[in-house]
Amino acid sequence: METVETVPALLNASWLLIALPLAGAAVLLLGGRRTDRWGHLLATGTVATAFGLAVLCTVQLAGLDERSVSVDLFTFIRTGELDVQAGLLLDPLSAVFVLLITGVGALIHVYSIGYMAHDPARRRFFAYLNLFVAAMLLLVLGNSYVALYVGWEGVGLASYLLIAFWHTRPAAATAAKKAFLMNRVGDVGLALAIFVMFAQLGTTSYAEVFGGVGLLAGGTVTAIGLLLLLGACGKSGQFPLQAWLPDAMEGPTPVSALIHAATMVTAGVYLIARSAPLYDATPTARTVVLVIGALTLLIGAVVGCAFDDVKKVLAYSTVSQIGYMFLAVGLGPAGYAAGIAHLLTHGFFKAGLFLGAGSVMHAMDDETDMRRFGGLARRLPVTFVTFGLGYLALIGFPFLSGYWTKDAIIEAALDRGGWSGWLLGGVAVLGAGLTAFYMTRLMLMTFFGKARWREGVHPHESPTVMTAPMVVLAVGSVAAGFLLVQVFPLTDWLEPVFGEPAEAAHVVAPALVSLVVTVVVAAGVLTAWLVVGRREVPTTAPARVSPLVTAARRGLYADAVNEALVMRPGTLLTRALVWVDARGVDGLVTGAAAGLGGSSSLLGRLQTGFVRSYALGILGGAVLVAGALLAGTTG
Amino acid sequence: MSDVPWLLLMIVVPAIGAAVVAALPPAREALARQLTLAVSVLVLLLAVGATASFDPAGARFQHVSSVDWIPEFGVSFALGVDGIALAMLLLTGLLVPVVIGASWRDTAPANASMRAFWAWLLLLESTLVGVFAATDVFLFYVFFEAMLVPMYFLIGSFGGPARRYAAVKFFLYSLLGGLVMLAAVIGLFVVSESELGRGTFAFDALRQLDIDPGVQKLLFAGFALAFAIKSPLVPFHTWLPDAGAEAPIAGSVLLVGVLDKVGTYGFLRYCLPLFPDASRDLAPWVLTLAVAGVLYAALLAVGQTDLKRLVSYTSIAHFGFIALGIFAATTEAATGAVVYMVNHGIATGLLFLVVGMVISRTGSRRVADARGLAETAPVLAGVFLVAGLASLALPGTGSFVGEFLVLLGAFPERPVFTVVATVGIVLAALYVLLLVQRTLHGPPPDDAAPTGGGATAVAVRARVRDLTRLETAVVAPLVALVVVLGVYPQPLIDLVTPAVEATLADLGGGTR
Repeated sequence: METVETVPALLNASWLLIALPLAGAAVLLLGGRRTDRWGHLLATGTVATAFGLAVLCTVQLAGLDERSVSVDLFTFIRTGELDVQAGLLLDPLSAVFVLLITGVGALIHVYSIGYMAHDPARRRFFAYLNLFVAAMLLLVLGNSYVALYVGWEGVGLASYLLIAFWHTRPAAATAAKKAFLMNRVGDVGLALAIFVMFAQLGTTSYAEVFGGVGLLAGGTVTAIGLLLLLGACGKSGQFPLQAWLPDAMEGPTPVSALIHAATMVTAGVYLIARSAPLYDATPTARTVVLVIGALTLLIGAVVGCAFDDVKKVLAYSTVSQIGYMFLAVGLGPAGYAAGIAHLLTHGFFKAGLFLGAGSVMHAMDDETDMRRFGGLARRLPVTFVTFGLGYLALIGFPFLSGYWTKDAIIEAALDRGGWSGWLLGGVAVLGAGLTAFYMTRLMLMTFFGKARWREGVHPHESPTVMTAPMVVLAVGSVAAGFLLVQVFPLTDWLEPVFGEPAEAAHVVAPALVSLVVTVVVAAGVLTAWLVVGRREVPTTAPARVSPLVTAARRGLYADAVNEALVMRPGTLLTRALVWVDARGVDGLVTGAAAGLGGSSSLLGRLQTGFVRSYALGILGGAVLVAGALLAGTTG
Repeated sequence: MSDVPWLLLMIVVPAIGAAVVAALPPAREALARQLTLAVSVLVLLLAVGATASFDPAGARFQHVSSVDWIPEFGVSFALGVDGIALAMLLLTGLLVPVVIGASWRDTAPANASMRAFWAWLLLLESTLVGVFAATDVFLFYVFFEAMLVPMYFLIGSFGGPARRYAAVKFFLYSLLGGLVMLAAVIGLFVVSESELGRGTFAFDALRQLDIDPGVQKLLFAGFALAFAIKSPLVPFHTWLPDAGAEAPIAGSVLLVGVLDKVGTYGFLRYCLPLFPDASRDLAPWVLTLAVAGVLYAALLAVGQTDLKRLVSYTSIAHFGFIALGIFAATTEAATGAVVYMVNHGIATGLLFLVVGMVISRTGSRRVADARGLAETAPVLAGVFLVAGLASLALPGTGSFVGEFLVLLGAFPERPVFTVVATVGIVLAALYVLLLVQRTLHGPPPDDAAPTGGGATAVAVRARVRDLTRLETAVVAPLVALVVVLGVYPQPLIDLVTPAVEATLADLGGGTR
């Protein structure tokens, strides 16, 4: 990549984006209690500053002809044929992620000042949050798969620490462990993909790997694509590794908003989009991405309909929405930009929804059971309005964010043509209907109807420090889609990364798609009103329900399958091995030694002092030898 | 500076220190430990000096000295280091002062004195330096056996309840391996005599021999058994959980941190260059044991209920990775193995230290008795977490660089072994996170009065205080190194790579 123009100094300093929040985390963790009073302000300040820097960097980047800057920092690992430079890549794709991460990140930091105000471990919380932002920025800014991997596991760590933030709760500790382990399963795929790249091309940097795709055999590219997909599924909670994400809701709600909705869980989409040159060369792997995306968007939506826990419904909604994004990037050049656009708008409205849920929980003494909510619209007016706008954006209410970006994905799926286009498009439309159903159910159970609060609960609106970020995100939920699709088309901005989008021959006219989707969404809303809105919501979940509802309540048995196939056999195997090691291996080796000695209690007899005297004997010999040597040298 | 006899000083200074400390009168306990610390710091400075005056691009062995010892048999007291040996010396020099600090307030059990403890510790350091600095195979063998003695007494006199059993088991296993190696060492001499007309033990002469492949296999087996026991590789590992669990913390740290590295160091320094054909032919066997160990020991670590045994098993799993790197025999993988050896010494050393601090607070080695540390002792818990994360080779810690290089470098040559070993990174996460969940997380014992039982639980909580200043000073350098070597590992890699390349050149091929 030849850069003719001189790179603006500001872009060369883009490492500060990562360094600022990292320094914040270090100060808070090492500074200890001394930083209790102002630590949260420092943490918020570093992320806000990083956002400002990100805006300036993006403006600079937009002014360049090439719109891609690689910044080399230092040699990370160089031995043999391997040469990994620690370096950053600032291009249109990483720029939009940096803006999302620092922007939403800063808002959620502000919100957390209020949300965590009374938590004795607030400083630790902000330190971890800063750590997350730094790792996430490294993930999207690194210019090689190794840098991405470092950030990838870094966000996994931050996610682990924050899910287990209330560490005295056993459920939190278990959920954190589950998240990290399922992510590591995915990480094995990512690691192996990197090994294959190195074995075949001798490099791990994006530029060189993408430049070498043409040299690779088709099977190799497909293998790399599938291995990367495994990593993406782990991080993004996609089938079959989706079960950790709902459990991750054990973490404080700002964490759910930032990490488990807006940013980290979308890293899988980033990985696939970033690897576009690889996926472009392997239709097979792309098809698998499509299937995973379509399957997961349905799984998430179906399960989302059955849960009563407000955060879990939103979590399954995230699983489902990321399914849409996978579907989009699986379509290849026709869908990359659409997937990223939905990722950005989703970042706004889902973060807003989670912050709203947090505000509700704040008002309801940390209650998350929607059967214990109801009638909160009047008590929490700001929360209601901002949450409501996020809700409308998510279900694709005409001209709000989700409408633009989700419809684009459905259109792209249909444009694929043939039976697979109809099938994928149909699944996506069905998903939109289900989304409308479960989100309307959530709205009705939370904000409308009669109050079903537990005794002693006195709901009150959250302080401004919490509602202000919610308002900002609500504005984004309303406007972002229109801006990204109509005003400043993301497709154009991302063109240097994904190439010029081919003008697709539409199978179905976009206007018709819009109309059908809107009708399906309206049907979903109406069904929800018929099921939930018309009658009183019982405070305990009905026990006699259809098999489908039972299955959905159990997350379509994902946990049960994991348990039966992995956990129980694993536990048995471990127990068996511990027994074998103690009796078998140790017994065999010790027994063989004893057999040589002609006694079954050789070890026992030797304890009487023989070994001790033998040991001293060796020592004595060594001393003599050393003495002789010294005498020899001097004489 | 190059004429300073760095290596000889590093052997002699702690040996003399050991003698002086042992000879001090019982009333001078305080002086004894101060002297011990001073000596060990001096050795560390010597190691740093030796590194500073070492030129990685220069001759393969530097700081070379040689004195005839038993001329009749061609034995000489020959010392010299390459980058690999130097890295091991730095690790040794670092860990000894650290464990002295960790044992600073220990009291001796009945029938023993702390002066003896300090003296054995210094003597151990002296023999460890000798093992890594020897360039004469016989001298190596002498130090290899001699280091058993101080470790035997450290475990047997200062260890836990089952220390006798553990010490004897450690000694017998090592002795058995040592004797087989002695036979191979003598065999090597005989071969050199028949080829050169004059027998020698000098490494540089031996590695240029052209030994018959059949003989190579026998000699390789002799060395390899000793190193497989020492490392240890499955199934020769069962002495380590006993020894690691029963040894005093200083002993556990040095045992797993440095002593075990002698095994993997031996594979790299002696097996590969001296028996290149056998190393290539038999590599699949060693690799099978290595990769089996990665999975087997990891699963066993998951199943342990004793903190120190658990850490010992994690260590066995890590040695599987290191052996994979060595026998995959690419520059990247073998460099990774050495980087991993250094970082494993730091990370597992740190983990043992922290576990020791936990045990000294709860008075129990049982994992279940350490619940809720994050609540009662947050700084200790934080250091515990760092050690655990380094143990699961999280990026940002030095272990990651080692493990990643091993797997990445081994993959082109040994894809099947590498893929199986890579599954081990999930198991590593499992045993570390289970450990973290059971010790750091959950409510502290006295919050669970119904199950814990009132009075004892309160007593437990009272004992659990956070890190003292001394303890902080002991762990701080290791925590810092975990991060520094994880973020900027290139200086270490630069030190090691030329030596690895020279070693693999002896093997023939190997640059990949």
